[in-house]
Amino acid sequence: MTLHKTIAGAMLASTLFAGAALAQTELTMWYHGAGNETEMVLVNEMLAEFNASQSDWKVVITTFPQGAYNDSIVAGALAGTLPDIIDIDGPILPNWAWAGYLQPLAIDESLIKDYLPGPKGVWDGKLYGIGMWDAAVSLVTRQAYLDELKLRKPTLDEPWTGEEFQAALDAAKNSGKFEYALDLGMAWTGEWYPYAFSPFLQSFGGDMVDRTTYKTAEGALNGEAGMAFGNWWQGLFKGGYAQATQDGADRDSGFASGKYAFSWNGNWAALGALDAYDDVVFMPAPNFGTGSKIGAASWQLSISATSKHADGANAFINFALQPSNLARFSKGLGLIPATAAAAELTDNYKAGGPLAVFYDLSQRQGLLRPVTPGYPVAAKIFEKALADIANGADVEATLDAATDEIDADIEKNGGYGH
Amino acid sequence: MASKFTVSHRSGWLMAGPAFGLMVAFVLLPFVFAVAFSFTNQRLISPNPTEFVGLTNYEQLLGLGLLTLDPLKDASGAVQMKDGEPEYPSLRSYTRNNPDYPQYDGKREWFSFSSGGDARTFVLASDVVFMKAVVNTFLFVIIVAPLQGGLALGLALLINQKLRGINVFRTIYFMPVVVSIVVVSILWKIIYDGNSGLLNNILSGLTFGAFQPVDWLGNTNTALGAIIGMSIWQAVGFHMVIWLSGLQTISPTLYEAAAIEGASKWQVFRYITWPGLRNTAVLVLIVITMQAFGLFAQINVMTKGGPIDSTQTIVFQAIQRGYGKQDISGGSAISVILFLIVLSVSLVQRYLTRDKEAK
Amino acid sequence: MAITSADNRGLRLTVRYIVLVLIALIFCFPLVFMIVSSFKPDLQLLQDSGNLRAFLPVGDLSFDNYFAAFERAPVGLFIFNSVMVTGVTVLLSLFLCSTAGFAFTFMEWRGRKLAFTIILATLIVPFETIAIPLLLLASKLPWIGLDGLTYGWLNSYQVQIVPFIADGLTIYLFAQYFKDLPHELIEAARVEGATWWQIYVKIVMPLSGPVLATAAILKFLAMYNQYLWPLMVVQEEGYRPVMVGLQYFFQLNIAWGEVMAYLSLITIPVLAFYLYLQKAFIASIASTGVKG
Repeated sequence: MTLHKTIAGAMLASTLFAGAALAQTELTMWYHGAGNETEMVLVNEMLAEFNASQSDWKVVITTFPQGAYNDSIVAGALAGTLPDIIDIDGPILPNWAWAGYLQPLAIDESLIKDYLPGPKGVWDGKLYGIGMWDAAVSLVTRQAYLDELKLRKPTLDEPWTGEEFQAALDAAKNSGKFEYALDLGMAWTGEWYPYAFSPFLQSFGGDMVDRTTYKTAEGALNGEAGMAFGNWWQGLFKGGYAQATQDGADRDSGFASGKYAFSWNGNWAALGALDAYDDVVFMPAPNFGTGSKIGAASWQLSISATSKHADGANAFINFALQPSNLARFSKGLGLIPATAAAAELTDNYKAGGPLAVFYDLSQRQGLLRPVTPGYPVAAKIFEKALADIANGADVEATLDAATDEIDADIEKNGGYGH
Repeated sequence: MASKFTVSHRSGWLMAGPAFGLMVAFVLLPFVFAVAFSFTNQRLISPNPTEFVGLTNYEQLLGLGLLTLDPLKDASGAVQMKDGEPEYPSLRSYTRNNPDYPQYDGKREWFSFSSGGDARTFVLASDVVFMKAVVNTFLFVIIVAPLQGGLALGLALLINQKLRGINVFRTIYFMPVVVSIVVVSILWKIIYDGNSGLLNNILSGLTFGAFQPVDWLGNTNTALGAIIGMSIWQAVGFHMVIWLSGLQTISPTLYEAAAIEGASKWQVFRYITWPGLRNTAVLVLIVITMQAFGLFAQINVMTKGGPIDSTQTIVFQAIQRGYGKQDISGGSAISVILFLIVLSVSLVQRYLTRDKEAK
Repeated sequence: MAITSADNRGLRLTVRYIVLVLIALIFCFPLVFMIVSSFKPDLQLLQDSGNLRAFLPVGDLSFDNYFAAFERAPVGLFIFNSVMVTGVTVLLSLFLCSTAGFAFTFMEWRGRKLAFTIILATLIVPFETIAIPLLLLASKLPWIGLDGLTYGWLNSYQVQIVPFIADGLTIYLFAQYFKDLPHELIEAARVEGATWWQIYVKIVMPLSGPVLATAAILKFLAMYNQYLWPLMVVQEEGYRPVMVGLQYFFQLNIAWGEVMAYLSLITIPVLAFYLYLQKAFIASIASTGVKG
């Protein structure tokens, strides 16, 4: 009994103390970074600064491992336990906004005036999410390889054509110096496939869905351009240029150990490549007909529809968007700052910096994945189709089947509000 | 059995009630919900109202069609050949936007067979992936149930000897069972690796280099087999112990009598051991079958149903649809179909085992 | 075992042991690989994984992976949560499922057949297929705890425990085992005026060592390996179990040494539990053997 009283007394005292010292209202936040120490150090720094910067709000964070994040937040939404602030992957944001789990943001327009297009999460004409960074993919190689294989170095203004890319792959393969000419990152199953490979399809002139209506994939995924892409894709594996199943370890260190001539990889891995070689070149995506394309959009901050403290959540997001915060994440994680002003604050991305090329890539070639609530499902279907084709499935039948499945899903959802 | 001493309505419900009540609340009730979902268009995430759609979900999963085609002929009437095989008209022209064949719309080739002369019959399915999942699941059950049950019995007989240190071996044989299937799947994924995997290296070492490395999980011919092998490795110890406890219930006096009569080892097994294991055999068979139909974790960690659907299974498809593709109604329909399949299988099993009893 | 002649007795014994050892190697090797690897740096681990060095504690060995694993995630907390949830569920399950199995096997009561059929039918329902309806249910259930009456079970231990206490397989295991026990013994006790509870406690339970051990192991494994359910119903890190924790280690670039260390760490409690039960198991088999 005495023990109980003591505990009760202590609890009462601590609440009183907390109440007296801080009249801050708690804002809850979910974030995908559990297990990633570097990232969490940065996030916690930012939270501490925000909590200390004003006396109205206190953000309390719950982190989830990324691999379990989407399932966790969907369950939270179903059970009605979403926090005030949620970070959410850009391409699935329209799905959430459409389902009514998010509310539009109210943030200072001047902060996002010069923003890259990728980090803005827009649905139905309203801004629901905003990212502190973007990501970009490039074709990584070494100047020494280009010289040895006698290849032209492509530029943003004049990227390789499809034929030039093919010639480069042939040269690398025929040189006999590499295990495989191209490292596509097949080990990274999941969102990597639609993120990294759908831009190839888009460069061929096809797409995952028809973006003029967003009501069907017919003709976009399985049209002439889609079939051309599919055959090219299958050729990469049939021709022995790339491997259909890849070890995670090869993805991590294969380029650095000389297994591959070219690596299709993101800016987050760029620092590692620079460590391995002093003549690394980051090249733009090849142009297969309708221009070079790479995927845009990364993680974004958003506010749940059920939040009772939207003003506080917006205040936090406004705080997060300051150039110094954008630069913080760029410096710590190698991510692309969302504005040029923030880029200037970093050594890597400022004009002339070793990764500045990624800022330009993001700005000039970045293409959002289809902005539709149907994206999460279409992405899963697209991923499976690409894996099947890589493993030798019939191109035409596979893309037709994927098209039908995407269309059936759109129909089942009443057109997803388009 | 029924005597006034065993009839006890109140005590019966008192003892069985709590467990039964929990199962009604946490299994039966959710399952009834799932059945209800399967007749609607319920989504995981959607602002749209849920609507009753009748059997649509089932039709989309189970729809089949037959199409018999004659090979293409050239101007002279000879069969056109391609890669040494007769060439047939493209199925796409029948299954896509062809108003003359609405029954084939959106269907895909599942498999085909020769139907007399040069004609070929194509079996088309609305959902080829699901059909493959059903076939794979049955393959898995049909291979695993007898193989695992038999190996487990063999191990149980081996371990039932009176040898010094036999308990150590029993402990080791059972060990994989207590390791999480997720942990085991991660380890075996590394072991099965096609480039630098342990298994390839061991096999090539044992054959002095004659063995060509195989990408066990990346090859459509070996992926399901690799998963079967690993699953048996993981679970066989459990069934060994069930057999073992069955063996222990057989009275030693029977064996003594057999020894006096000079029975051979086979005769002892056939007339004493095996009849004594009847109840155990039924248990082992049922448990293995149930577990095999639920095949999911290995697939989810190791192959995600690939390569090219060669390891799709029913439960994996149910999850993939319900969560991955946010289609609760479709996932629920698969669950109901699985329930009906396993129910029929267990009724058949019951019938067969009961039949023997009557003899 | 009849032995035909003394001459080949030694030879046969040797062959038997060789067979036993070879089989033991097959069952051991992935686990040996796991534990040995957990002491190696990533690069060496990957190089070794293709040859026999994978099984040997050679090269640059250290506890670094373990320290790193504890840095990356609150491993101790995850293991505590899992052990706690699993332990409570196993105990409650053994009690409630054995009484149910007892009632189904030895007693006659109204509704027995129907209830048993329903329980057997639930064996066929894979958990994954009812997870979503169950989530919707659990998010609304009432609970009386320290905070008084509350609604919604999310973020708690009970949401990970209560739905799994009773399951068809465990009840079936008990019922099946009880069938083989001597029914005359129980009827005789009834005739002498023993209550059902006395029969359960004094006669049946002491004979049930093997089935208790089997049921406990099965339940332990199923609970300890829970992934999908805790992922859905637990958002606070404080309640997360080991399998959700595993996801902390699958980042974009996987540190395999840490993964192996974590896998070893979460496997150890299970192995310990198993080895402990193993003793009880042997003892109880021996005791039933005496009575049979």
